[in-house]
Amino acid sequence: MELMTPLFAILCPAIAAALILPSRNHPNIREAWTIAGSVAMFLLVLSMAPLIVKGETIEFTLFQSMFKNIYIGFKVDAFGEIFAITASSLWILVSIYSIGYMRTLKEHAQTRYYFAFCFAIMGAVGVALSANLVTMFIFFEIITVSTYPLVIHEQTPEALRAGHKYLAYLMPAGAFLLFGIMITYYLAGTTDFTPGGIKALATASPMIITVLFFAFLLGFMKAAWMPFHSWLPTAMIAPSPVSALLHAVAVVKAGVFGIVRIVGYVIGMDLMQELGLWLILAGIAGFTMIVASFFAISQDNLKRRLAYSTISQLSYIILGAALLNKESIQGAMLHIPFHGYMKITLFLCAGAILVATGKTKISEMAGIGRRMPVTMLAFSVAAIGMAGIPPVCGFISKLYLCMGAWAVGSPYGMIFLAVILISSLLDIVYFFPIILTAFFKKPADEIGAIGEIKIKEAPLLVVIPLTITAIFSLVFFIYPNMFYIFDLAKMAVSQLFGGV
Amino acid sequence: MDLVEQFPVLIVGLSMFLAYTMLLTGYLNRRLPFFMSLAMNSFFLILSLFILNHVLTVGPIRYWQGGWRPPWGIEYVIDAMNAYLLVIVISMVILGLIYSRGNVRHEIEERKHVTFYTLVQLMAAGLYGITVTGDLFNMFIWLEIASLTAYALIAVAGGRALRPAYNYVIMGSIGACLYIFGVCWLYSVTGTLNFADMRLLLPLVYDNKAVQMAFAMIVVGVMIKAYIFPLHLWQPDVYTYAPSTISSMMASVHVKVMFYILIRMFYSVFTLEFIRHYIGLDLLICWVAAIAILAGSIWAIKQRNLKRMLAYSSVSQMGYILLGVGLSPLSPWGLVGAAAHILNHAIGKGCLFMCAGAISQQEGLKDIRDFGGLGKKMPHVCAAFTIAALSMIGIPLTAGFTSKLFLIYASLDAAQYPFVAVLLLSGLLNLVYFWRVIDQMYFVKHKETENAIEVKEKGKSLPLSMVAPILILASLCIIMGIVWLTDIPLPLINHILSNLRMGVTL
Repeated sequence: MELMTPLFAILCPAIAAALILPSRNHPNIREAWTIAGSVAMFLLVLSMAPLIVKGETIEFTLFQSMFKNIYIGFKVDAFGEIFAITASSLWILVSIYSIGYMRTLKEHAQTRYYFAFCFAIMGAVGVALSANLVTMFIFFEIITVSTYPLVIHEQTPEALRAGHKYLAYLMPAGAFLLFGIMITYYLAGTTDFTPGGIKALATASPMIITVLFFAFLLGFMKAAWMPFHSWLPTAMIAPSPVSALLHAVAVVKAGVFGIVRIVGYVIGMDLMQELGLWLILAGIAGFTMIVASFFAISQDNLKRRLAYSTISQLSYIILGAALLNKESIQGAMLHIPFHGYMKITLFLCAGAILVATGKTKISEMAGIGRRMPVTMLAFSVAAIGMAGIPPVCGFISKLYLCMGAWAVGSPYGMIFLAVILISSLLDIVYFFPIILTAFFKKPADEIGAIGEIKIKEAPLLVVIPLTITAIFSLVFFIYPNMFYIFDLAKMAVSQLFGGV
Repeated sequence: MDLVEQFPVLIVGLSMFLAYTMLLTGYLNRRLPFFMSLAMNSFFLILSLFILNHVLTVGPIRYWQGGWRPPWGIEYVIDAMNAYLLVIVISMVILGLIYSRGNVRHEIEERKHVTFYTLVQLMAAGLYGITVTGDLFNMFIWLEIASLTAYALIAVAGGRALRPAYNYVIMGSIGACLYIFGVCWLYSVTGTLNFADMRLLLPLVYDNKAVQMAFAMIVVGVMIKAYIFPLHLWQPDVYTYAPSTISSMMASVHVKVMFYILIRMFYSVFTLEFIRHYIGLDLLICWVAAIAILAGSIWAIKQRNLKRMLAYSSVSQMGYILLGVGLSPLSPWGLVGAAAHILNHAIGKGCLFMCAGAISQQEGLKDIRDFGGLGKKMPHVCAAFTIAALSMIGIPLTAGFTSKLFLIYASLDAAQYPFVAVLLLSGLLNLVYFWRVIDQMYFVKHKETENAIEVKEKGKSLPLSMVAPILILASLCIIMGIVWLTDIPLPLINHILSNLRMGVTL
């Protein structure tokens, strides 16, 4: 179906950014533009969902390019819609959160911050809605460039070093991605995402497909798979809302999204199976899930621990894609929004703690649960969900992933099932100490002191968004079809596997 | 005969005439030459647009000087390739002129202004001449006019610019000598100087060693002028010490016209068949280009002076165009990449050199390490610099990305895979040296710089005449980045390919 909605959705953040610049001296108006842009984008994205659930794809071609069969345009299918809904819905909440966070901390260069943020989100949603690899690449690079000012926001030498590391990983990744895209076009004569893979690639030599696969894998370094992950913990030097939305949802999920696109829509499941590439991908994912969890255990800085947790969780999605069956891919697709909501809650809580107390280290957070009950309650909910314990939505996606691993059947399937379970166990190992410290450990300065503990939460604009995301994480468990997510995932899987 | 068919000779003839008139009127009023030059070049731009339109709709223009038929008389031939180039050259000359208005006052003594503009106009005339001519010897004459004026224009600032100008005279003369030797040998074999005529006669003597040698000499001669690594040694000093207007013009148009000569030689004097079967030079050229791309970038990383860094960056970027030309016998996309990069590099590097001039004029800064906090002081110039730098790096939606895309696809299409890696690696090297500047401008916290040269005209902001061309070029970087992505230039490219008898269309 030909509709202009995808274009309008992409334009929302761009227009917001264009309006933010001239209103740099009026903070209220400036932030109103951000909110307006985010709400408008979310509504536009959501308005496409009812059509897509019915099995339609919404297409819009901007223009034909110099290359035959390459056009710049959007094609919204069920899978893209899931990611677009996730990114755009969370942007609203994070915009509100940003206002509270940035104003309370009296951060400098806020206009630059909001400006770059808009473009980063535009990139993420653009990646979700792209019709082909070339369009996707354009938005990918927009993400990379626009997040740089956010990463180095503090402008300290340390932040600049982090920024350079960020570029040193993601820019070569872009080069690999471009290489993969051009090879794909050279071999297949098209770069359109086709459910089940591009047919013309099936005739290419296994050797070159393997090269192609690795080019894409390196190209999607944004998915932070090990050993190419270390840019992500380093990027945690950015302000908390940035870490929350970009480095837990938009940027890294764009990478994972890309990998799923490659597996399901470019190389195709049959070819992945035939050449044994699925095992390589699953192996990398399994390795990352376990090792990143161990890294997470050893981190004392809360945001860094969350970053390693993100690395581990992203690989669940990669694993789901790699296992190549209906359940696993549905699990992977569901894990994108569900992990997004849970992880953003955790990051927003980390930010709230920083705003209210200035603390960043877990060892300093003794007793903080009693000072900031709402924040830490939300944190606990999300942490439980991370580990896959009901009644939080993480359970559902992990259940599907386990079913997928079971469905593989062979010893490999059992190994990966074990990996999922062990990794979930490790999640408990690194999250529960935080909760225990926060609620049950007395802070050093209060030992022996008698008297009421004052409740000192972060400002409302900070607390409300993280409460909402925590509640949503619960709601997704009871009603996974909120924002059509569940139906979309089912539809995406049936499109991939050709009929229900 | 259509009126449009008179326009090429009108542009060239009027340019020459105008240059001498400017010198005379300069005695009456010192400001007049600038305005004359600006007005006439704008007029030429309109004419060139008519020419482009005519070439694309009707077909190539052939103009016989004095009515003498081609093998004897001088012929001007305008097909899609040079009509396209003519528009670029004239536009860049106009923008350079506008920019020079503010810049020249700062960098050149007032008594030299009249001669400066006269020389600029003469150089422009030479460049227009090379672009329109269809005759090998006539091309040499225009080449000399463009080069001799360039030597003078580089030296015009005096002082430190003199030595590089002298180096350039030596190297440029060697290049010109090689070119004219090659032409002489071709003449001795064929007895003609006309492109089209020679193209007909040469296939019979492709085996002749003199012909092959002549081809090699012409190519090397032009390569010296186009500062292809390792023949670039004269260039960094020239670009560093020449007036910014001239650096910008040299980088954006002068060198592009040299590549045009190369393309002409490849396809209008010689043929695809000759390059493929008799000489096998194309892959050698590609490897030279690949080395140029990487070496230029690596040297650029080592530089601290902004203009010198841009100069080395140009060495690298010329490698892109040469790679495109080298790949073109194997894949039409090579020529597309070269043609696209001629424009994309012209606007990008033109903009960057103008920014460098503006920065040194307002803040007196030349060293990249002193650029802290510049983004606040000169927001427009720094924004333009950033956009042009992103274009050089090849970020999508800027012009540089598209040329990179075409060249990568050309390498794949030609089955020359190493060059894909070279191009991608070069993008990353560009990132290293350009990002350093962007970091300094915007993100490194500003501390008072001590070794900054004393600021002239302190507190005085740049005149609009300098900022406007910079902003126009920066926005062109984005506009062209989108236009090249679309299929709008496809008819032009197909005309170029068919006019050069590549035997394929896209």
